[in-house]
Amino acid sequence: MSFDIDVAKRLGDIEIAAAFSVGPGLTALTGPSGAGKTSLLAMVAGLLKPDRGHVRVDGVTLFDKAEGIDLPPNRRRIGYVFQDARLFPHRRVRANLLYGHRLATPEDRWIGLEDVVSFLGIAPLLDRWPRSLSGGEAQRVAIGRALLSGPRSLLMDEPLSSLDPPRRAEIMTLIERVRDELAVPILYVTHDGAEAERLATQRITLGI
Amino acid sequence: MTLSADDWEIIRLSLKVSGVAVGLALPVSFALAYLLARGRFPGKAVLDGLVHLPLVLPPVVTGWLLLIGFGLRGPIGGPLHDWFGITLIFRWTGAAFAAAIMALPLMVRAIRLSIEAVDRRLEGAARTLGASPWHAFRTVTLPLSRPGVLAALVLGFARSIGEFGATITFVSNIPGETRTLPLAIYAALQMPGNDATVARLAMISVALSLGALVASEWLNRRHAFGRGGHVL
Repeated sequence: MSFDIDVAKRLGDIEIAAAFSVGPGLTALTGPSGAGKTSLLAMVAGLLKPDRGHVRVDGVTLFDKAEGIDLPPNRRRIGYVFQDARLFPHRRVRANLLYGHRLATPEDRWIGLEDVVSFLGIAPLLDRWPRSLSGGEAQRVAIGRALLSGPRSLLMDEPLSSLDPPRRAEIMTLIERVRDELAVPILYVTHDGAEAERLATQRITLGI
Repeated sequence: MTLSADDWEIIRLSLKVSGVAVGLALPVSFALAYLLARGRFPGKAVLDGLVHLPLVLPPVVTGWLLLIGFGLRGPIGGPLHDWFGITLIFRWTGAAFAAAIMALPLMVRAIRLSIEAVDRRLEGAARTLGASPWHAFRTVTLPLSRPGVLAALVLGFARSIGEFGATITFVSNIPGETRTLPLAIYAALQMPGNDATVARLAMISVALSLGALVASEWLNRRHAFGRGGHVL
């Protein structure tokens, strides 16, 4: 199983709970806002600690309450593409891309800077500052930065939501290629049915 | 305008005292600012109040408190002298210490604002990219709070070079040892016929303070991450 997740967490008044295990490809997570889709991704990444349950990715246990396993985010090898790209504003594009790459051990890296740059078509952006990038450009760089950190899987949190329709189509094509050509399992949060329809290998719906 | 040997001595001493004061206060201010910006602990309001005390107390009172605490028979000054051979009172080191105490609240405020402005989600992003908490701090939090650190350096330096009340109370006004620019101006004003000296020392003060401001603006522009910015 690519993602084997069974977690629950109480955040204030709401109880977030999800249990599913899915195979490779892109798994679309849909559901009403407030269902905890983003919180679920944060739990998979290790940025939020579940109250109970387990998180396994590609057979590796990242979190298991019963067994007392809780890997810190930096040891989970999960690439996270945020809704707002979240590039480091004080580093140029090249330094953003290489941030995680330099931290990964050589055997964990499975793609290099040149391959990522040509794959994403971001060669002209390398010396730019993040604040000068358009939304679509920033999202490409964010995907590249995640891939270069040598992840076993990717989490994407509504990566298209801040883009205009032409940009959306471009990035969707790109995500399909990450899914098919690079064969990285992806957990993908969206509230857009058409987007899920087009990209998803399988769909999971979170309820409140 | 030509400067006399005495003037140079005063400039040298003032720069030494202020430099040491800011150097001493900077790491402490950063730690306090980080604690106050991010920490959640009992007694946080008390710590906040203590840090701000030198800002709201009359400087003479701060100087007097230093005198009591760090004098040769003081609860801290005594052991410092007897066990470590460190004397602050009536020494330039004491002037630097007093200036550091006076600069601390301004420096903590400037750095704290900057740390609070750092988007913590960027630290989360760094963690998912493989950064340990310490590495994320060093490569994200610290560089992004740099404008506050620069502002703190300028404010701290200006405060130190202008420090008068706490200094004269704690370490007196000893030529060549604790007589910094403001104390020299004060001493010159005590005797008639020193108008030229006072004017000269005042000009030097203006030049030093402006110089610090210009230097920090220049530093900030050099590292503006593709945008403009002001230190203060």
